[in-house]
Amino acid sequence: MTIHRRLLSGVAPRTLWMLMGLLALLIVAPHFIDKYALSVLILILYFAYVGQAWNIMMGFAGELSLGHALYAGLGGYVAAGLFTHYGLGPWAGVFAAAAAAALAGAIVGYLGFRFSLAGVYFALLTIAFGEFTRIAFDHLDWFGGSAGLFLKVDVAPNPLDLRGGPFLFYYVILALAAAAFVLSRLLLESRLGRYWLAIREDAEAAQAVGVPVLRYKLMAVMTSAALTSLAGVWNAFYYNNLFPETAFGIGRSIEITLAPIIGGLGTLFGPIVGAVVLTGMGEVFTSLGDTLGIPGIKQIFYGLALLIIVMYRPAGVWPWLSEQLGIGGRPR
Amino acid sequence: MTSDFLLALAQAITKGLLTGMVYGLMALGLSVIFGVMRVVNFAHGEMMIVGMYLAWAGFEYFQISPLVSLPLIAVLFFVMGYALQRGLISPFIGRPEHQQFLLLLGVALILVNICLAVVGPDSHGIQLDSQFDSYEIGPLVLDAVRLHAAIGAIVIAGLLWLFFTRTRIGKSIRAAADNNMGALVVGLNVRRLYAVTFGVGAACVGAAGALMITIIPVTPSLAAEYTLLAFVIVIVGGLGSMTGALAGGLLIGVSEAVAGLLADPSLKSMFSFGLLILVLLLRPQGLLGKRGT
Repeated sequence: MTIHRRLLSGVAPRTLWMLMGLLALLIVAPHFIDKYALSVLILILYFAYVGQAWNIMMGFAGELSLGHALYAGLGGYVAAGLFTHYGLGPWAGVFAAAAAAALAGAIVGYLGFRFSLAGVYFALLTIAFGEFTRIAFDHLDWFGGSAGLFLKVDVAPNPLDLRGGPFLFYYVILALAAAAFVLSRLLLESRLGRYWLAIREDAEAAQAVGVPVLRYKLMAVMTSAALTSLAGVWNAFYYNNLFPETAFGIGRSIEITLAPIIGGLGTLFGPIVGAVVLTGMGEVFTSLGDTLGIPGIKQIFYGLALLIIVMYRPAGVWPWLSEQLGIGGRPR
Repeated sequence: MTSDFLLALAQAITKGLLTGMVYGLMALGLSVIFGVMRVVNFAHGEMMIVGMYLAWAGFEYFQISPLVSLPLIAVLFFVMGYALQRGLISPFIGRPEHQQFLLLLGVALILVNICLAVVGPDSHGIQLDSQFDSYEIGPLVLDAVRLHAAIGAIVIAGLLWLFFTRTRIGKSIRAAADNNMGALVVGLNVRRLYAVTFGVGAACVGAAGALMITIIPVTPSLAAEYTLLAFVIVIVGGLGSMTGALAGGLLIGVSEAVAGLLADPSLKSMFSFGLLILVLLLRPQGLLGKRGT
């Protein structure tokens, strides 16, 4: 099957037109909205992208990672370190970043799967590796240690070095999010994706019919880690600073998992819908918190919202939403 | 090695053992809940700091010593845990881990931010009259507050052991943990037993909080740290094993104190997480856990 047939087979023309329309809208949007709206849109696209990357491991292959900050952090630090010390731009540095993250993913995955850790135990292993790396980076002077790594900001805008304003970062993250969506669809429709789903549903049965489970699980972790590292690179150059506490912290890992879980695990639209819901809620609650002037009130509402969503839509918002909208029979 | 150094080391180990008892009690709560219901309480550290804040408030506003308010806090936590299990967590037992994770993450966010909203981000500690008292055993000096906290933790762990081995309801809970279907068949009210279990686990962590506030001051940011610490302790000791949780607490308490003496204190948690990785890979049932559980 050729790539475009694999991509488009079974997609209703209406869905395709809607997607094209959405993409066109997102391409022209920055020219019509203000700075604040643009920053919110950037945040949504970031969470949609990184959620899509995490979803490949958990949603497709069924391995729960609560330590994805490890890959994002490694990506960001490698690219930022190369740029700061050798002046190597992120477009080249990203390859080193992805390689480092994929290697880390291979190590965590190999150890976890080889020693057959599953479920909660595997999740705790991913947390442990993230935390271990966080403290290690506190002591790595080449990466700035606990004082942080700062990127030069007083340089002329240069897209080749990913130096520029919000527009540049918007289009980069939009391209990443769109590419991750297409890639996920291609993966799902390929032999690889089908193997992942088989492993997710019943690893033993998959093994019994000849799927090399360990190898395919590793491929899921490495793909997911490499894609996540790109978000880390983008993040580092967007915010121009990196601290081990935030780059590798458990909070970062958790925020990566939320959009796909809230949106609908294993679905293509889940991470996108989840990112819109979460970022939207976050903005509303922030302004509400500012109005009320009570510290922490934003997070209390956020926690309540998470509770309500997981209680009433445990499979995520998208499977329910797509049914309401009457698109695409079985949720994708 | 000089005798000065050996004395300092012995001092650090003793201090670690005493703090480790309180860690152990905190982790016991997590272990009991997981051992019976197979639910990982991701809000454990958050519950811990709520216990710390309550004991702090009791002392600050009503001059009640944490050792006196401890039973009240434990009872309150039991009721809250019972209600939480009944109202929220019950339908999630046996559901996929990520759903339980999200649910308890929501609970954790709410708890820690209520603390933040009510008390603010500053650190709060208490000054007991016995703050500067100490006991001397030969050349070793033991802080009085730390020793009292450790004794409190041992007493509560002992009571818990009696509860699980001597009382009918404790035995029923263990039966339900061993064989859920069997427990249902012989007519045990498993839903109620689960709620009692969550209550007991919550009471443990609440009591641990009341003891911990006598040793260190509390801030909202401690919550996530304690959640991770409790995970490390129960995994190292053996998830679901009571003695394992206590032994894990002692081990982590001692390793933290010794790392603080020998190396950069910030490396102490690196050691903990390194140990966690090794135990997960080589002995996932924990150092004291039984194989195949």
